[in-house]
Amino acid sequence: MSLFRRKQPRPGSKRVLVPFTRGRLDPSVLAAAIRIARAEDATLVPAYLIVTPREFAVDTPMSLQVEAAMPLLEAVENASLKAGVPVDARIETGRTPIHALQRLWDVEGFDRVVVPAAAEGPGFTPKDLIWILAHAPAETVILRPQDGVAQNGS
Amino acid sequence: MARGHYRILLGMAPGVGKTYRMLQEGRQAKDEGRDVVIGYLEPHDRPETAALAEGLEIVPRLQARHGALELEEMDTDAVISRAPDLALVDELAHTDAPELRHEKRYEDIEDVLGAGIDVISTVNIQHLESLNDAVFEITGVRVRETFPDRILDEADEVVLVDLTPEALQDRMQAGKVYKRERAQVALDNFFRIENLGALRELALRELAEDVGERRRPILLDPLSQQAVSERVLALVEPQPKSQRIIRRAWRSAQRLGAEIDALWVRKPGHQPTEEELTQLAALKRLSSILGVHFVEEEGDDLVATVKRVADDRGSTYIIVGTPDERRRVEILRGSLLSRMVRELPGIDIRVVTDRALRESRQE
Repeated sequence: MSLFRRKQPRPGSKRVLVPFTRGRLDPSVLAAAIRIARAEDATLVPAYLIVTPREFAVDTPMSLQVEAAMPLLEAVENASLKAGVPVDARIETGRTPIHALQRLWDVEGFDRVVVPAAAEGPGFTPKDLIWILAHAPAETVILRPQDGVAQNGS
Repeated sequence: MARGHYRILLGMAPGVGKTYRMLQEGRQAKDEGRDVVIGYLEPHDRPETAALAEGLEIVPRLQARHGALELEEMDTDAVISRAPDLALVDELAHTDAPELRHEKRYEDIEDVLGAGIDVISTVNIQHLESLNDAVFEITGVRVRETFPDRILDEADEVVLVDLTPEALQDRMQAGKVYKRERAQVALDNFFRIENLGALRELALRELAEDVGERRRPILLDPLSQQAVSERVLALVEPQPKSQRIIRRAWRSAQRLGAEIDALWVRKPGHQPTEEELTQLAALKRLSSILGVHFVEEEGDDLVATVKRVADDRGSTYIIVGTPDERRRVEILRGSLLSRMVRELPGIDIRVVTDRALRESRQE
């Protein structure tokens, strides 16, 4: 038996990013992201991505969009903490959801990225997902929302 | 008689779609049952515009003569005696023929408004008097037909009809603004991309200032404002829980109509760890997105530093996370919160709980 224990990473020191946008995060995706974070002893980083129209500077405060982000982030934080997973939420802006995402991971490190694919309507488009897979700085998991799963019968 | 409602559609340059939008709004008003006439329309030989005008009553124009030139002008008296609910009048900066009552069309519009008729009109930013020099510097073109800034100030609504410079150039190239031969000359001169970009910026800035001005009259006089205005101060640390404190503070500030500051008090000589630096950068980014002023101060005594900043900034409301205190310190020096209550009289204090603590207690 070794006299020295291998140094374990501090609980919560790994970071799992869950980006979402336009007032939506599918509960099944959130539940899956929380499970992943818990399994890896990681901190969940839900990031709400705000799209700033080109008429404004990219960091312009966008009250209406922030208003939509606030309750969602609170709900995500509650769900995460209830599951015993530490949480460190973010709001990030960009010209597109992808641009906002890139701005976020330009300045912060993540160990895993969990991306919800859009079942319908706004969300990450297939083109966005391909871009994320090609450029994400960490291992990436793309999750289909519940209704998408049901529709596909898989 | 009550003055008519005045709505101005402002654009960065010809071709962005002001006249088109004016006609669309006119048609919509007509569909809603309002009596709408075209007081003056400048179709610019644009078939789409002419098509949109079909079905809207046009008040016959006045024939005027200027030297050898035959001119057509808005017949202001005819519009007033027709007495519609709404008159559409293109190009408010236009200079009237010399024999007309007024020198400028915006003066004719004043008469129409004075008769209780609502007006929708159009104009480009380069005609604004105060921007005449700036436009000359940008484009090299001295605009002769100008209108005074008060016209925008006095209008009930100013709406920006916006198009990107690239999209406008595409429209030009497709011959949708001028005929193709003329379009190329225009694209090489006034409609160069850098000119359009600068003019667009002028238009956006003008409108933003106009919005700011319009908000002022509903505010209280400075003394009353000072008496009732709130300012929120959020106390943060480079820790994940502070994201929530800033968000909570922002929501309170929104409800109070207050400005908001976020304060981090750094211990003297403290060198932030890498993790703290990451958290600090994230807090500053969030502050910038929410329009929060981020303040960093050095101080050994947290409460004394908070007091100084609160006094400087006129804070009326402090939002703080659950203090992370050792029981021994609390007994020896008094709890942070009780000191804040004691030393910051007249300031509301709100404690944002740490959800993580609550969850861990319930387990």
